[in-house]
Amino acid sequence: MRIVVTVKQVPDPDVPPGSFQVDSANKRVVPPTGVAPVMNGYDANALEAALKLKEAHGATVVALSLGPAEARDVLKRAIAMGADSAVLVEDPALAEADTWVTANALAAAIRKMGAEGEPIDLVLSGRQASDTDAGQVPLGVAELLGWPSLAPVQKIDWADGKARVERMTEDGYDVVEVAPPVLLAVSSEIGEPRYPPLRGVMMAGRAQIPSWSLADLGLSDLAPRRKIVRLYAETREAKAELVKADTAADAGRVLADKLREAKLI
Amino acid sequence: MSTLVVVEARGEALPPQALELVGAAQSLGEPTDALLVGSGVRALAPRLPVRRVLVGDDQSLRPYLAEVWTPLVADAVEQSQADVVLFPHTLLSRELAPRVAFRLGTAAVTDCTALGRADGQLVLAKPIYGGNALADYAVESRPVVATLRPRAFPAAEPGGATPEVIDVAVPAASPRAVVVDTVQAAPSAGPTLKDARVVVSGGRGLGGPENWHYVEELAAALGAAVGASRAVTDAGWVPPSLQVGLTGTTVSPDLYVAVGISGAVQHMAGCGGSRNLVAINRDPDANIFRHARWGIVGDYKEVLPALTARIKELKGSG
Ligand SMILES: Cc1cc2nc3c(=O)[nH]c(=O)nc-3n(C[C@H](O)[C@H](O)[C@H](O)COP(=O)(O)OP(=O)(O)OC[C@H]3O[C@@H](n4cnc5c(N)ncnc54)[C@H](O)[C@@H]3O)c2cc1C
Ligand SMILES: Nc1ncnc2c1ncn2[C@@H]1O[C@H](COP(=O)(O)O)[C@@H](O)[C@H]1O
Repeated sequence: MRIVVTVKQVPDPDVPPGSFQVDSANKRVVPPTGVAPVMNGYDANALEAALKLKEAHGATVVALSLGPAEARDVLKRAIAMGADSAVLVEDPALAEADTWVTANALAAAIRKMGAEGEPIDLVLSGRQASDTDAGQVPLGVAELLGWPSLAPVQKIDWADGKARVERMTEDGYDVVEVAPPVLLAVSSEIGEPRYPPLRGVMMAGRAQIPSWSLADLGLSDLAPRRKIVRLYAETREAKAELVKADTAADAGRVLADKLREAKLI
Repeated sequence: MSTLVVVEARGEALPPQALELVGAAQSLGEPTDALLVGSGVRALAPRLPVRRVLVGDDQSLRPYLAEVWTPLVADAVEQSQADVVLFPHTLLSRELAPRVAFRLGTAAVTDCTALGRADGQLVLAKPIYGGNALADYAVESRPVVATLRPRAFPAAEPGGATPEVIDVAVPAASPRAVVVDTVQAAPSAGPTLKDARVVVSGGRGLGGPENWHYVEELAAALGAAVGASRAVTDAGWVPPSLQVGLTGTTVSPDLYVAVGISGAVQHMAGCGGSRNLVAINRDPDANIFRHARWGIVGDYKEVLPALTARIKELKGSG
């Protein structure tokens, strides 16, 4: 089995609210300084799912990212966690990539991997990136490859040459069977990603990570489909009325009375 | 020019967001059509206050698979000649809308909270970075495809002239994926989260599943639905369907009580529209207090039993 996991490097979302600055003039979000970027959380979940499949059934796992040279760090982390190899799609023309451009480039990279080696059975992606909050790229990739997709998924098993997947629904989940190739967009319910073992970290240090340009992918004039015309932040000045009393229990009772006064109970 | 809203129907009633989609579409000032999709849903068509309802009604459409729905919806968009297509930001359409958009040669804007015009062009507002920033997008290609956040748009008035109903062909599909089982999470007692007027949500601060009864008892006293932060659903204390937030359910109740929840932007994305928010948290600097109308700084184990008992008393005394 050959699995591609798409991993994106994102600013660490686990910072106190308000740490992100909005540079409206340049239409950019500026993450707090001194906080290192991370592997997108749901991509780490997707990689964990791939590594579990590898352990249970045997698989080669390739990590794929699109981004600037610094994005090699997330690919190294993917290798440290247990991915067998990694590829970076890197091109100056991708600096302003939107969802459309990103999905087209990633789909082309996946096609190239499939053409140059064993066919790809599964592409696992995060259900959404914590910077764009779009949740679109994987579905675009599946559409461009002409593959089925299932999203979001909370469990992946493999039996009789098929994926057996729990696809989340509004009130539970569906169990879905699908023969490869298929793209699965993974949610956090699938399980915590592992920490890279020391041996993995050392392997990652030595790993050669090729970078593919748009020309390598046979892509020219990929134009973004949308642009940001304004970027701003919502300001929040509201401050709670803190209910004070001698004990926390008293405060609870006073709160109940306030809710009554406001006709909320 | 026209706007098409996609209504993923099931059962006897219009889905909760259908009229919000129509309301948003009407605000754009062009004629509004709807595409009603599901199995056994045709009877709902006349209830949509739009010009025309295209109906894709077939058994093959349930259970939902993107492989079956995408060609149907993409064909209907072309047939309707809409230049704007609006989906609800449900789990289903989070997958469907991008697939339809890419099939039509464009990308979608997902989880929009406002639509407007600037210099004659349509702009779509969407929170990014979890809600740390808002972006107004303009889309260069047509049609514009978007999913709309629940409760962010005023609902259209039902009624009015009866729409023209047009059946669309449901393309024969042989999907590779097969749904072999459908599992419903045990419905929790009380109202459903999405539509509840009162919600009590618990977070990691509860400390463990053995303490979840504190939240349930308060919810029962209030007649509230129970919700949770992602920290809690990821830990498996309660089913994922109870998760409130960006990647969970959006709620906008009259009263939202957050217990042991820090108030991360991604959580607030799902409950920031609550009319009254109460926060109970041990940490006076927790972000949740910036969103709250009332707050108690304290240990929920002391606050909740007293709060719950007093609510019961007040309710008992009428
Ligand atoms: C892309 C993305 C999407 C996400 N989507 C969602 C989403 O949809 N919904 C969601 O909820 N999160 C989501 N998150 C996660 C989110 O960022 C937070 O990590 C999560 O909401 C934290 O949950 P919490 O508040 O329960 O836990 P914590 O942040 O750990 O907060 C626990 C709180 O409990 C308080 N506490 C501890 N003990 C007590 C006590 N005895 N009494 C009272 N208070 C106590 C603490 O002071 C603290 O404030 C998402 C994150 C990302 C990156
Ligand atoms: N630049 C990128 N490199 C690798 N994977 C990406 C990239 N952008 C998006 N993805 C994948 O697509 C998912 C959803 O991204 P988005 O559509 O931006 O929310 C992410 O979780 C990744 O798995």
